Amino acid sequence: MSTILLLEQTLNGVQFGLMLFLLAAGLTLVFGIMDMINLAHGSLYMIGAYLMASIAGVTGSFWVALPLALVATALVGVALEVTILRRLYERDHMTQVLATFALILIANEVVRLIWGSQPIMLNGPAGLAGPVELPGGIQYASYRLAIIGVGLLVAVLLYLLVTKTRVGMLVRAGASNREMAVAMGVDIRRLFTAVFAIGAALCGLAGAMLGPILAVQVGMGENILILAFVVIVIGGIGSIRGAFVGALLVGLVDTMGRALLPLFFATLFPPMVASNLGPSLSAILIYVLMATVLFFRPQGLFPARG
Amino acid sequence: MKLPMKLRLAAFAAAATVAFAAQAANELKIGFLSTLSGPASALGIEVRDGFNLALKLAGGKLGGLPTEVVIADDQLNPEVGKQLTERLIKRDRVNLMTGIIFSNVMLAVWPTIEESKTFYIAPNSTPTRISGEGCSPYFFSASWPNEGHHEAAGHFAQSKGYKNAYLIAPNYPAGKDALTGFKRSYKGNIVNEMYTKVNQLDYSAELAQIRAAKPDTLYAFLPGGMGINFIKQFVASGLSKDIQLVLPGFSADQDVIRAVGEPMLGLFDTSQWAYDLDNDANRKFVAEFEKTYNRLPTLYAEQGYTTALIIDQAVKAAKGRVEDMKTFRASLMRAPTQVKTPRGDWKAAHNGTPIQDYYVRVVSKDDKGRIVNKKIGTVMNAHTDFWAKDCKLK
Repeated sequence: MSTILLLEQTLNGVQFGLMLFLLAAGLTLVFGIMDMINLAHGSLYMIGAYLMASIAGVTGSFWVALPLALVATALVGVALEVTILRRLYERDHMTQVLATFALILIANEVVRLIWGSQPIMLNGPAGLAGPVELPGGIQYASYRLAIIGVGLLVAVLLYLLVTKTRVGMLVRAGASNREMAVAMGVDIRRLFTAVFAIGAALCGLAGAMLGPILAVQVGMGENILILAFVVIVIGGIGSIRGAFVGALLVGLVDTMGRALLPLFFATLFPPMVASNLGPSLSAILIYVLMATVLFFRPQGLFPARG
Repeated sequence: MKLPMKLRLAAFAAAATVAFAAQAANELKIGFLSTLSGPASALGIEVRDGFNLALKLAGGKLGGLPTEVVIADDQLNPEVGKQLTERLIKRDRVNLMTGIIFSNVMLAVWPTIEESKTFYIAPNSTPTRISGEGCSPYFFSASWPNEGHHEAAGHFAQSKGYKNAYLIAPNYPAGKDALTGFKRSYKGNIVNEMYTKVNQLDYSAELAQIRAAKPDTLYAFLPGGMGINFIKQFVASGLSKDIQLVLPGFSADQDVIRAVGEPMLGLFDTSQWAYDLDNDANRKFVAEFEKTYNRLPTLYAEQGYTTALIIDQAVKAAKGRVEDMKTFRASLMRAPTQVKTPRGDWKAAHNGTPIQDYYVRVVSKDDKGRIVNKKIGTVMNAHTDFWAKDCKLK
């Protein structure tokens, strides 16, 4: 494999990782602060993509629709939190899993009722439709560069929010010890709603940004949700830094696995074996990574709770 | 009050006659088992809509008999499909079955259908296991043998003189079958055969490798959401300018076009039908479908529609005797030549699969500016299922 190809695959890994980070950041916040397993996170991502598709269709502009879709998804998230999810905080994880799984099913059917069962169109801005030439002669899809840019921007903003603002301080306090934070007079209900709104907005952003390169269809949240959970387990529950590092790790390992393993096996084994072994192994590589990380660091790489 | 013996026997005989007479169909009950929920439901819904349209145009009667269609949703789950099949056959006592989209469901429910001696007319999935060695007089396909579109694509790539082909499919049995079919008719150089994860989201790694390998054509079997993901990313990467993308018809029809749009223009695909085929049956089908459902039909809709036409013709010819295996099978086998279907002329091979033409289509705009799949040529004439050679039926 040439150096150019290797560089391009690394860039692909980073891009895929940042894609996952957008989703994992919100998930880890909710899981870390509110100690709630929210399977409906993937549904918010799906709703974000669908809202983006509709708003972009109406306004005719991707960039105008983006902030609107974010706000709309955040509102849906807040509505969900106030009505249903609030009652789950005190319950055990199993109940939360069951309840939010039910939400997934309900969300899928509601989306199907409103938008129909066939996948719908969401195309990116026309200016980012084609590739750009990067130093080294690499042709790279400009939209993917935009995703990398947005992912890094979100990472920086979240870092500033969590470390430099008062809200961020409350979030960190709630993450490391909820009871103590309540005892110290933090209005936990408002904090939770705010955290959930941020998480929902991030889902909306992920859905809107990923819609142009992924299918916008009923059930689109489930596939990416599994990867997001792997990311936060590796990174450590409740830690944005963990979500960032974990996402990059998963993105790189998965991409490099798919790129390099088949080649590696082709040199060792006859083609028939290699073509079966390569894809199967690269598919499970991230789970092997997760198991390995958990073996050495059961709390994840950067656990929020001390 | 105990009836005298003679009266009881007479009553029993009368009841039995009535029951038996009710069996010799004066109405037709069809079990329609399909995938109507979940991400892949678009396909089942298209087939169902095509089928119902033909039924509606025939005044609710197939073969001259008032027809009741019992619809069941297999949710793309073989276990659920099996339970529903048993219910349709044993409780609802359907005379015929149809509707299954996916091969994993088809293979799971086939033993139940075959054992009950119920005829199944396939509007989609026609697995090689049932069309080859495992062929049965109770199985008839009104769609295509599973490898048909892939073989057609291989022929097309061969005929266009593409020297180097790159192949991509998901790593599961249907994916492997698809590429086997393509390789059977494509004689050029296969640069690589790549298997990806089922439901994979991001193809950037694969696209980078494809770019480095520099093939002139790329054949991708990526059904449903996978195909939408791949096509969007393929075009965004700029590869569509240098590499011709060829797909089987089911990855490039109206449902995918509605989800992807302009990036799909210029892509080639193979199909047993095209919306602009020049025959009266097709013109009627497309016009009525658009009027009834407000959208252009896909090849799935044509398959559902043709299935209903075949059933109508066969039941008529057999005079309603669908339980008589020899009579009904003979009528089914003759039906394609006796009724005009939207895809044009075709006939049935001895294993019950169509011998038909396969067309090449290109995604382009029609004069109303809509994105459609136009026929640009015929790539295989009167093509027979490769596995028919293993079928011992006559």
